[in-house]
Amino acid sequence: MTSRPAAGGFFAAMAKRRPQLTAWLYLAAALALLITFTYVPVASMIWYSFTNWDGVSPDPQFVGWSNYGQLFSRPELFQVFFVSLYYLVASFVQIVLALYFAVVLSFSTWFRNLFKGVLFFPYLINGVAVAFIFLYFFRQGGTLDSVLAFFGVHTGQFWLGDPDWVNVSLSGVSVWRFLGLNFVLFLGAIQSIPQELHEAASLDGASRWQVFRHIIAPGIKPVLSLSVILAISGSLSVFEIPYIMTGGSGESLTFVIQTVKLAFQFNKMGLASAAAVVLLAMVLLITWLQRRLVPEERTDLT
Amino acid sequence: MKLRPLAIALAAALLAAGCGGGDADPGSTDALPPADPASVTGEVTVLTNRTDLVTDGTMKKYADEFKKTYPGVTVKFEGITDYEGEVKIRMNTENYGDVLLIPNTIVRDDYPKFFANLGSVSSVGGKYLFTDKSTVSGKVYGLAGFGAVNGFVYNKEVWAQAGLTQWPTTPEGFLAALQAIKDKTQAIPYYTNYKDGWPLTSWSSVVGSVTCDTKAQDKLASATDPWAAGSDLRAGDGLLFNIVKNKLSEPDPATTNWEDSKGLIATGKVGSMWLGSWAIAQMQDAAKKAGKDPATIGYMPFPAQVNGKYCSVLSPDYQYAVNVHSKSKPAARAWIDWMLDKSGFAEANQAVSTVKGAPLPSALKPFTDNGVQFIELSQEKAGLFNKIDNASEVGLNKQDYRQRLVDVARGAAPGDLNSVLGELARKWSEAAKLAGS
Repeated sequence: MTSRPAAGGFFAAMAKRRPQLTAWLYLAAALALLITFTYVPVASMIWYSFTNWDGVSPDPQFVGWSNYGQLFSRPELFQVFFVSLYYLVASFVQIVLALYFAVVLSFSTWFRNLFKGVLFFPYLINGVAVAFIFLYFFRQGGTLDSVLAFFGVHTGQFWLGDPDWVNVSLSGVSVWRFLGLNFVLFLGAIQSIPQELHEAASLDGASRWQVFRHIIAPGIKPVLSLSVILAISGSLSVFEIPYIMTGGSGESLTFVIQTVKLAFQFNKMGLASAAAVVLLAMVLLITWLQRRLVPEERTDLT
Repeated sequence: MKLRPLAIALAAALLAAGCGGGDADPGSTDALPPADPASVTGEVTVLTNRTDLVTDGTMKKYADEFKKTYPGVTVKFEGITDYEGEVKIRMNTENYGDVLLIPNTIVRDDYPKFFANLGSVSSVGGKYLFTDKSTVSGKVYGLAGFGAVNGFVYNKEVWAQAGLTQWPTTPEGFLAALQAIKDKTQAIPYYTNYKDGWPLTSWSSVVGSVTCDTKAQDKLASATDPWAAGSDLRAGDGLLFNIVKNKLSEPDPATTNWEDSKGLIATGKVGSMWLGSWAIAQMQDAAKKAGKDPATIGYMPFPAQVNGKYCSVLSPDYQYAVNVHSKSKPAARAWIDWMLDKSGFAEANQAVSTVKGAPLPSALKPFTDNGVQFIELSQEKAGLFNKIDNASEVGLNKQDYRQRLVDVARGAAPGDLNSVLGELARKWSEAAKLAGS
């Protein structure tokens, strides 16, 4: 640092005189990225939703609310949210499993770090790769069938081809992939609970269940509620895995796949933007409701 | 939330910048063939979907060959994997290469806004096939790179094993042939390629093949039912439906794999697939790799005859165009003409050359030997057709409704052939009425 005294002096002087300017400087990079890649695109999307733009035409026309009118007069466009229910149920299974593993692995067990790695690893794999792995997993005579056959079960089931099963299979993939993220969030929250509380509890002779019920559960409540919001908004906007694995064929069409098809297959960029705006509004609304119903409270364990 | 007005102002500024950029006049909007090769200079960037040919150096070889005739021109290639998606977005700027393939999403009436005029119909149309697909008020804006026909790629050994020696002449005959394959051989008679989806889109190319009507495509651009009894699409989609319904296709369509399908047909595990003639070379390659004789791959037209003759529609692949903002239009045009006339690209790919009077590729010899009649469809109403297709969300050239058809046929979705096609026809005629046809 001694080689650049001028710069250090400049910042120090500035910090002394106008502390708030320094704060803004630190924020500038993050803000610039946030504005360029989030707020500007969202603003343009909202603008497109009021036009009849086809994605290429140099002169889109302003059409007012007609895209929204069309969207809400076509109930079949919202029927696809039924598929989201599969993912929603799967998300809760995922939260429960993640919580279970996080609690178990927060106590000292054999091969603790190995299991942590094993559980978190799927989250690190690229979504496209995950989809391809599971295409082979689910195909006839693929991994799943072979494993079942090893146990003497011969189902002959089409895991992706059967409309009653396709969403179960796909949401299963989603659980496999995102379990690790929930797990790490829970584990982090559990480990931030002060060690003295655990010690005090064991001195008082609390059982594992009592420790969980009265120390761990209240300690991770904010993370749990965050996970629920992520689960709901995630289920509404499922895209990657079903898009690559089935392309929305069979009964696996989701709202986002449908929107992408409107935009890029039928060139209805305006209508698709309106659909995206509606989805955004729904997610915001659900988050708001959830915050109202379960207000964030500072949990004080001591 | 305080950021909102700022973001909108920024967005508005960006939009204004994006819209206002197109006013500068880049000179002439014509790209006519240069008279003297030696005098043409400049650098030409070519956008292509054939990333494989760019990476393996094939395109470079063409460029070197081209430079022998046009020493002043340097050609560079940009291979784009997601060609449609990426080029469409780039076309919102001026920077989309000098030579490009016209993305399918561009409406024909917008061609003059994006591409340079390549000459009048009377001058260019006399020399090349398929020019009316890209003609706007008497001027041609795009030239097809090559053409292809559609038919069934089939494994001759499998068909012979099932005792089939003649091409079927009716869809019913074709179904009976597939049934014979199912009964007498181990092969899956037909492979849909449902999962990858795009191979299903080639079923749209039955239009014109059944009725042998050069106006078949234009007739679709109206409120009449595209699937009426006796129509091309009814015959094609009906055949696909019945193949699946009679369990003559692969048992689990949701896990098909295009790359694997080449090996499957080459080794006789699959009997047939409906594909463009460009696929023949790929299947023969697969046969060679599997240690089989490439000659086992056969090709037959759609099983329908008019006056005792099969009919096959020649249809264009992507069309080359010159960017209207290009700074080296004569050089760009020289490249297009050279690719079509001199490069031998179509022959090398077993495709149909778009130069009128050029011989057909050897892969289509069985067609010419059996007196198959080749027709070219009129594209006069292509603009209106696309408008109805998009507005109705039917997607005649897309995979979705045929995947639905396969689902219904195999009992994985409710309904029957008539209910699916009836629903599509309803959407189609509603959109056609709105589009004012």
